[in-house]
Amino acid sequence: MGDTSDTGCETADLHLRDAGMSASGVNEWFVREILPLETALMQFLRRGWRNSNDVEDLCHDVFVHIYEAARREIPHPAKPFAFAVARNLLIDRIRRENIVAIEAVADMETLGITIDEPGPDRTAIARQELRRLQAALNRLPDKWRETVVMRKIDGLSRPQIAERLGVAEPTVSQYLAQGMTALADFFSNDPTDTGGTP
Amino acid sequence: MSDSAPNLSPAKDARAQAGQWLERREFGPWTDADQAELDAWLAASPSNMVAFLRVERVWNRAERLRALNRPMREQSPAPQKTPLSVLPKLAAAFAFVAAFGIGAYLMSGNGEKSYETPIGIRKTITFADGSKVELNTDTVLRARVSDSGRMAELVKGEAFFQIQHDAAHPFVVTAAGYRVTDLGTKFLVRRDGKRLEVTLVEGSARVDPASPDAHGKSTVLSPGDMVLATDEGLKVTKKTTPVLANEMAWRRGLLIFNHATLAEAAAEFNRYNSQKLVIANPTVARRTIGGTFPTSGVEEFAEVAKGIFGFHVKTQGNDIVIQP
Repeated sequence: MGDTSDTGCETADLHLRDAGMSASGVNEWFVREILPLETALMQFLRRGWRNSNDVEDLCHDVFVHIYEAARREIPHPAKPFAFAVARNLLIDRIRRENIVAIEAVADMETLGITIDEPGPDRTAIARQELRRLQAALNRLPDKWRETVVMRKIDGLSRPQIAERLGVAEPTVSQYLAQGMTALADFFSNDPTDTGGTP
Repeated sequence: MSDSAPNLSPAKDARAQAGQWLERREFGPWTDADQAELDAWLAASPSNMVAFLRVERVWNRAERLRALNRPMREQSPAPQKTPLSVLPKLAAAFAFVAAFGIGAYLMSGNGEKSYETPIGIRKTITFADGSKVELNTDTVLRARVSDSGRMAELVKGEAFFQIQHDAAHPFVVTAAGYRVTDLGTKFLVRRDGKRLEVTLVEGSARVDPASPDAHGKSTVLSPGDMVLATDEGLKVTKKTTPVLANEMAWRRGLLIFNHATLAEAAAEFNRYNSQKLVIANPTVARRTIGGTFPTSGVEEFAEVAKGIFGFHVKTQGNDIVIQP
């Protein structure tokens, strides 16, 4: 792709096409902009919704809504949009379930989720992330944790892990699948973590 | 979190299935058919997609846990309790990683493995040492990452390397008669037959002829340097950050053109798609275009040629022919 200067030929400039045109563009945007908000979104939802068992499902639905919207057009900036979706969904649920007074939602708006303040520097984020990963790992049941560690840190194969744990290979697969899922849950849903929101 | 209820909620079900898919991909073997099956599952519902992206992200992030860098496993007894009281050491461990990279912690066995992508597909490989390689469309890479050394050969195509630096075990990439040695690095290698391009994005790397008796000298690159190796030898040019960013847009599934001729743009699209653009007419070929397209956007591109330039577009077999 050189800079061919071409006399008499106009350049058609078409930088209109957003990354939203391609599925992988949406995915990358989603991973980069939305998934890191999970902890904050969970806190937001938990304060507005009594049944804490539902909050994970609710957050999943928020993600699905955001993802579907982004496939049409990538919302910018991402963070206020994400919280608006969460709030609307919550209002929707509350109306449907008809259990919580609408004041509860109004109150959430005063929670002061900060939208555009610059975050801590990257090193601090990375360090905090490592700490959260470690904490999430610690919370896994023993077998799952052993499996995750042997795979992720030691790079062992399935037969090697099976041998060390003294279980069959399909069991190792099961441990790893469940361990991965739980790791993601614990990573973004740490009840002891205030996530920086006082 | 583990749900003993017989019926999981749809969200939890999607997340559990996402974990199973990742497990399957993690342990392999992972064939094109497996990938197609996964793609179909992901495409079936955005719920599946977000569940998968979420678990995958944390799993990728868990690379960082390598920073704990446990003692060599050969010395540790069989099933052991994971040492988890290392929390206070984490900050120090992280600082170490940031400064020096992670010591190689490698998979056993030193068999060479081959990684391939078909036309239009990208793939990221993560090696046991934490190094990552993103393969672009239509690429073949052979790699052997072991305790005795880390090497890869780019047989064809294009790959972006993000190497965990380890001075004792430099990562060496060979392609088209040259050898690229990482000195702590992110770099892009593209090979078209005998033509080789090495672009350094971050860190430092060295390019040498692969065989010691070959003529040509060793070239050390700094960020932004692009080495072009052809039969005539090596040529180093500097690329600006925006130009570099555009050339790396494939990692996001995009092609970004700035004053590219239609011929150049078509050649780029043709790398990613089995449906080929054919531009035989020189007048058409010389027109220039700027724009951002998905790598699969052949038809959009053809529409632009038609709508903006008023060219004629027709389909011939698997080709799209653009003519005046």
